[in-house]
Amino acid sequence: MRIDLEPRAGRSLALDIGAPAGALAFAILLGGIVVWLLGKSPAQAFMVYFVQPLMEGWSLQEVAVKACPLVLIAVGLSFCYRANVWNIGAEGQFVIGGLCGGWLGVVTHGGAGQGAIGGWWIVPAMLLLGALGGALYAMLPALLRVWLGVSEILTSLMLVYIAELGLDYLVRGALRDPKGFNFPQSVTFDDAARLPFLAEGERLHAGVALALLAVAAAAFVFARSRFGFEVRLVGEAPRAARFAGFSDARLTIAVFAISGALAGLAGICEVSGQIGQLVPTISPGYGFTAIIVAFLGRLSPFGILLAGLVLALTYIGGEAAQVALKLPNDMTRAFQGILLMCVLMADAAARYKIRLVSGSGA
Amino acid sequence: MSPQVFELVLLTIVTASMPLMIAALGELVAERAGVLNLGVEGMMIMGAAIGFAAAYLSGSPFIGALAGIAAGMAMAALFGLLTIGLAINQVAAGLALTIFGVGLSGLLGSDFVGLKREGSPHLYVPGLSDLPLIGKLVFGEDGFVYAGFLLVALAALFLGRSRAGLALRAVGDNPHSAHALGLPVRRTRFLAVLFGGACAGLAGAYLSLAYTPFWSPGMTAGRGWIALALVVFASWRPWRVVLGALLFGGATVLQLHAQAASLGLPGQLMSAVPYLATILALMALSAGTRRNAAAPAALGQTFVAPR
Amino acid sequence: MDVLNGQTSIPLLSMRGIVKRFGAFTANDHIDLDARSGEAHALIGENGAGKSTLVKMIYGLLQPTEGTIAVAGEEVRLASPREARARGIGMVFQHFSLFDNLTVAENIALVLPPREGMAGLRARIAAVSERYGMPLEPDREVWSLSAGERQRIEIARCLLADPRLIILDEPTSVLTPQESLRLFETLDRLKGEGRALLYISHKLEEVRRLCESATILRLGKKVGGCDPRAESPRSLAALMVGAQIAEIRAPGERAPGPERIVVENVSILSGEIHGVGLDHVSLSARGGEVVGIAGIAGNGQAEFFEILSGERLAGGDAFIRIDGVPCGALDITRRRLAGAAFVPEERNGHAAAPEFSLSENLVLSRHATAGIVRRGLIDYDRARQLAQAVIAAFDVRKAGPDPAARTLSGGNLQKFVIGREILSQPGVLVVNQPTWGVDAAACAAIRQALVDLAARGAAVLLISQDLDELFEICDRIAVMRQGRLSAPLAVRGTTREEIGLLMAGAAPGETPSHAH
Repeated sequence: MRIDLEPRAGRSLALDIGAPAGALAFAILLGGIVVWLLGKSPAQAFMVYFVQPLMEGWSLQEVAVKACPLVLIAVGLSFCYRANVWNIGAEGQFVIGGLCGGWLGVVTHGGAGQGAIGGWWIVPAMLLLGALGGALYAMLPALLRVWLGVSEILTSLMLVYIAELGLDYLVRGALRDPKGFNFPQSVTFDDAARLPFLAEGERLHAGVALALLAVAAAAFVFARSRFGFEVRLVGEAPRAARFAGFSDARLTIAVFAISGALAGLAGICEVSGQIGQLVPTISPGYGFTAIIVAFLGRLSPFGILLAGLVLALTYIGGEAAQVALKLPNDMTRAFQGILLMCVLMADAAARYKIRLVSGSGA
Repeated sequence: MSPQVFELVLLTIVTASMPLMIAALGELVAERAGVLNLGVEGMMIMGAAIGFAAAYLSGSPFIGALAGIAAGMAMAALFGLLTIGLAINQVAAGLALTIFGVGLSGLLGSDFVGLKREGSPHLYVPGLSDLPLIGKLVFGEDGFVYAGFLLVALAALFLGRSRAGLALRAVGDNPHSAHALGLPVRRTRFLAVLFGGACAGLAGAYLSLAYTPFWSPGMTAGRGWIALALVVFASWRPWRVVLGALLFGGATVLQLHAQAASLGLPGQLMSAVPYLATILALMALSAGTRRNAAAPAALGQTFVAPR
Repeated sequence: MDVLNGQTSIPLLSMRGIVKRFGAFTANDHIDLDARSGEAHALIGENGAGKSTLVKMIYGLLQPTEGTIAVAGEEVRLASPREARARGIGMVFQHFSLFDNLTVAENIALVLPPREGMAGLRARIAAVSERYGMPLEPDREVWSLSAGERQRIEIARCLLADPRLIILDEPTSVLTPQESLRLFETLDRLKGEGRALLYISHKLEEVRRLCESATILRLGKKVGGCDPRAESPRSLAALMVGAQIAEIRAPGERAPGPERIVVENVSILSGEIHGVGLDHVSLSARGGEVVGIAGIAGNGQAEFFEILSGERLAGGDAFIRIDGVPCGALDITRRRLAGAAFVPEERNGHAAAPEFSLSENLVLSRHATAGIVRRGLIDYDRARQLAQAVIAAFDVRKAGPDPAARTLSGGNLQKFVIGREILSQPGVLVVNQPTWGVDAAACAAIRQALVDLAARGAAVLLISQDLDELFEICDRIAVMRQGRLSAPLAVRGTTREEIGLLMAGAAPGETPSHAH
């Protein structure tokens, strides 16, 4: 038995939309089988995971808030992956962004530095610090690749562990709340250091607006700008990009900076908008889930927006399923893995006509 | 440091380097065939979970090891289907495999968290194993260690001396030429990937059966990624993998000892040593040699048979 | 190594009614072909006529959709090259099927049965190279060998399996004229041993020299058979193309213009792992002339092109001036702004991005010079207009208004790429192998466009391995060998043999030391 691949003549819109949608449906089917094997009701699990969170206003907002970091990070990753640059350390850049911005939240605690001019500058400065921190942290793998030819895949991933350990160290040490009974956490931020909510009494914080802004900006850059053209060309045909006069090194640094900054921004939005203090673990794996979001969204900004909402749904639904069905939390991660596999297979189906041929062969 | 303590340190270094060595060896063979499988971490952790579960249920570490191998191979088969069968980007598929493996292992292993079982039996040769300094090191290891070194020797012979190994290297050098000559490119690559999965599964089983005889979610802690770096560090040569693995194992053990000795350095810094060491090793290697001169020429390239 | 019992009336290879379809496309349409022991049979046709599809079926790489293949009268199904080799069929590939990082002996061992040890193989390699006069070093890695040496490995590998039928796909395309002559001596011996040869070529003189019979393909169909010895190159060409190809209109006498490109003292170390260095290369070209750079592939032409285009910068004392602007330290974009344009050898992935539309491919090389980028934003409407202008001016055939580059045929994509650069009205145009793998009509159109550009006052540098092409349109020809460039010779008063000797490494008038 072997698989024959025949390239399709052209792309069609139906396939571009149908392939990821089909992948999602197929992954839900497989997930249902896993749930069934675990001795639970697939139908009930489907309701808890994918339907109930959409039925109520507050949980819809919860989905949007969870989608915010996923979309921000994934939009950044789409620049990298389109350019064939494999930043898989967004999780680390997220942590460093949260840490850098969060530091300002800690040192301005209790009105410090807010005297004469007030606290209006703190949140913008935190966001800036977060983006800057993430971008600088992303420079490590970028420069190592450009200068020494070290694989950015391995270095960016190793830096995730180092960032997590660094945050852990600081939260237990220099940034620990001195009056916190030795709990490994910082002081809670002042209100002036918290991201404002978009509407009074609601859950949506300003980070959600930033995510939407990032999507729109990325869409514009890819569609109209020369930089977007460069990114696509370098990924598609690197030699042709060199022929076009675009520098591979400059572009590698640029896409790492963009994705690092957006991941850092996501980190500080999470810290300032959701958590309100620094704790040893500030991410349930957003940086890795965002990789799935980027691929499910086919590396296009609006696709990523949709995909981010879908994956956020699995987080919210997963928490609910833990309570309602006693499904382990790892179900969510396993499902995310299955989903990514299905997305990649759907991508292959969109590019090739796939035929199963009996008999052996190379 | 007394000779006994010194021997004990050396023993733990061997133990700590074994999973890295075995996993890296498997990945090395796959990469020599031109396939970059970033799913080592995922295959490894599945091997750890399934291996532990099987050993716990059957009471036999041997069956546990076999189950770990089978789990790694099943994961590798999935990867092979994606990248070799469907020509999907190897980097993306490898990431997917890792994410999938980490999640699925947590799910499957959830019933086994906190359970303990005996470590794996060690060789004992009367007389020899009691020799000072080297007795336990050479004649008193567990079965995985001997299997690991045997695998390295066999892989080195296979790649360097056998006709099938020659064909595998040819496929990794230029799949199009290999196809034109009628070498089965996709079958060769698939088998190499399966071997990589078997090794990763075995390495994972070693972690949960011999290294720390219990299962905990996420217990591979990036070792799969370090194994990937080791392959680069070893310039794609089997025996250099042994050297690299021992160096990394040494770094891990020394940081544990340094933590125990409380030198006043933060524990997190010590825990970061293996990851920092990986980055530094990759830097040193790249700075010292021509860029990836030793890498298989077609590494990471998907192959679709031309018309 | 005796083969068969001489001539028989049954052809060694007999194909009947062969059809090969890929989806809706028919690559071979009811083709009959016979090859006899002791004879050379030519397979002639243009690029895209279906020659390589046909021979891939004989070598077991593809299986026919319809029709039968018989070897020595016995109908066979050749499911793989291994089975074809077992039936005594061998093949020498045009684009060598060799492995750069393996040794010569390892490359050969790959296709032989595994039971033979390396020591025995070494002895047999020595015997074959002795017998056919093809020196080979078994322990050299292939990347360090020249094209001619690589071809010897291909041939030796084929011969060690003692084939009855040998397929040769454009074997002289990488050889000097002198090396080609030696290859023909070897091929004559093989014929004399009673082997059958299936010879694919578009060089009609060679076919007339070597082959007793011929099959002519056009657009997947057999359009005729003949005895090439009884035909003229002209009549063969007419059969092959099916239409009259316009001859290039020579521009006539021109007064040489000012020097438009000057290159002095370019040296580079071989930077890439398996690359070739350059050694003090100097050259200049005046407006109105076409200067050719001849040489066998892999002697530094690719590196020289990159230095000229600025994709790679030459260090040291190198000096490059384009229309008065010192360009040695400038990147390709700045050189384009100085009035130069470039056409690299590889269409897909270098000159053009296969998945990008034609208008996007226009942006690729002209984003800085055609006024289509303003404040970092691309004016895609204007890019489309400019692409349409190229398509109209160079008769680029395509499906749909703005299709992806990969959907175009080789000749049409090459016309687009050349047209894209020529319509930017460059003062200097550097082209590398512009007609490689291009059909005859497109080929003539491209050469005409280059001559016309020069006639309008531009300087054209033409890097090519095709001596016919160089002699057809160049005013002067220099030869590149092992990273060195000879002084250019005026085409008038120079023969192909002289250029061939330079390609092989001897000054005109001498014989190359290793040839005899």
